[in-house]
Amino acid sequence: MALSRALNFCRSFSTVSSEPLRVCIVGSGPAGFYTADKILKAHEGAEVDIVDRLPTPFGLVRSGVAPDHPETKVVTNQFSRVAQNRRCSFIGNVSLGASISLAELRELYDAVVLSYGAESDQALGIPREDLSGIYAAREFVWWYNGHPDCRNLAPDLKSSDTAVIIGQGNVALDVARILLRPTSELATTDISCHALAALSESSIRKVYLVGRRGAAQAAFTAKELREVLRIKDLSVGIRQADLSKTPVDEEELKNNRIKRRIHELLSKAATPATSECNPGQKELHFVFFRKPDRFLESDCRSGHVGGLRMERTILKEDVGSGKQIAVGTGLFEEMECGLVLKSVGYKSIPVAGLPFDHRKALIAAWSLTLANLDDQDLLFQVLFQMFRDVF
Amino acid sequence: MVGFQNLRLAHRLTGYVSRSTCELLLKIGCRGYCTEISNRVRNLFPLNYISAPLACIPRTSYTDLLRYSSTQGLRHEQFCTTAGNEEMQKISVTFVDKDGEENHIKVPVGMSMLEAAHENDIELEGACEASLACSTCHVIVMDMEYYNKLEDPTDEENDMLDLAFALTDRSRLGCQVIAKPELDGIRLALPVATRNFAVDGYKPKPH
Repeated sequence: MALSRALNFCRSFSTVSSEPLRVCIVGSGPAGFYTADKILKAHEGAEVDIVDRLPTPFGLVRSGVAPDHPETKVVTNQFSRVAQNRRCSFIGNVSLGASISLAELRELYDAVVLSYGAESDQALGIPREDLSGIYAAREFVWWYNGHPDCRNLAPDLKSSDTAVIIGQGNVALDVARILLRPTSELATTDISCHALAALSESSIRKVYLVGRRGAAQAAFTAKELREVLRIKDLSVGIRQADLSKTPVDEEELKNNRIKRRIHELLSKAATPATSECNPGQKELHFVFFRKPDRFLESDCRSGHVGGLRMERTILKEDVGSGKQIAVGTGLFEEMECGLVLKSVGYKSIPVAGLPFDHRKALIAAWSLTLANLDDQDLLFQVLFQMFRDVF
Repeated sequence: MVGFQNLRLAHRLTGYVSRSTCELLLKIGCRGYCTEISNRVRNLFPLNYISAPLACIPRTSYTDLLRYSSTQGLRHEQFCTTAGNEEMQKISVTFVDKDGEENHIKVPVGMSMLEAAHENDIELEGACEASLACSTCHVIVMDMEYYNKLEDPTDEENDMLDLAFALTDRSRLGCQVIAKPELDGIRLALPVATRNFAVDGYKPKPH
């Protein structure tokens, strides 16, 4: 294959006196660049090639970090310095599996590190998930960040005033914020032009964040929550009843600083329901203790989502993990909506030549990729780095 | 060669070019590549060519954007604190790394511990360059007495400390600890690890 030959050819021009340690890192996101940095620092003879299927480096920093978080993207300065290292190369447009196989890479390099991220999504596995108007939050994020795979997503933001976001993590808050922030503010960020144009014509006024468990278990972190609560002219709906804590919740919060601070922030934001909401004012509602049951088709648009049926839940302790999990109560309710964003987790894509755990959507044996690496200390560092980034 | 020139141009103009175009260019590149002479190879493929334009690949320069962001105050007051003052007063600071090795340095009053660490080649990361968007400059003030001399962390600093690996009750962000005379003699421990890049979808483990 041309590329394989090319890489080999390039290698023959290496001028390091002793045999260098040749490492290929697949994926140029944060995990890839941090791994490269550590390898280059730990091993003076190491040469690192970072390949990426896109022409541009930095993976999730470009396609995942919200456009109104420029401070988070500052890390690319550091990555650029790594890439400028004489022993480091970035090669774009190289797609593992299509341009070159894992077997070929393993032949060319002493070690291959797979840090290609998680480019797929967990499914809810409920009826009518196939209706149009239902997207994975990842697709929506890629769309507003200008990722080439989703630039033509064209989510319908005009035919309804209500969006439902399923999941209560930081990605959920990101997409909620993008839907609700005034576009005049988004215009000063590096949001993609097509997304800015579509959002400025959006009729979405109400956003519901649906989670199976309660305020004490929400997965988002304080910075993101604070930001969304600060959006101009936004009315925030949190039911007081959802904030009451059971003794088990109290115990959980006592031992968890993040969740405790989140709960405080939510409690402060939950003002007694004032009904003096201006017409046309945007609303964000936190909906706790609801489990998506099935999507409902719109009456007037066949094939398009028109609502969501949810089951009320209560918390029960899971015998195995000791965690509180949501169980259905058999009570159902329906909510109308014209846009659904599922933000319930990412999934990795398998690569030919490596065992893959489909249930966890992870490569089953990390060490295999590093089998040829005999420097145990370095191996440990690399693995540690990867685990830190991934988990 | 022409292919890659175009690709670079396209990057600058659009930030992205279509996948098929890229793949086409790559194929052209690859084919050309095997017949090119060696110095061209270096140019065409990995190193000089690609690493140089890295800086101009983002659609917008993030550091420029920061100028307009709300974190500007923090960034400029607290990261660039060294200007002016000829006869700078200095305090003694000790960094203790994860192996217990001590590093004694002198830090001018007004300088942040992150900046001081960088000036003295102490491994403290600082991925967000003091814009309060990460926890990579997490330090642990070793003596409670000194910890109490610091102003309380802001909500924003606490939000990031939430994400820090191995948080303690004397943890601070190095970029927010500014040298002042009362801190003379302060000892700062570097944690065994940092959580290097908490992306927006990241779920932190509870402390």
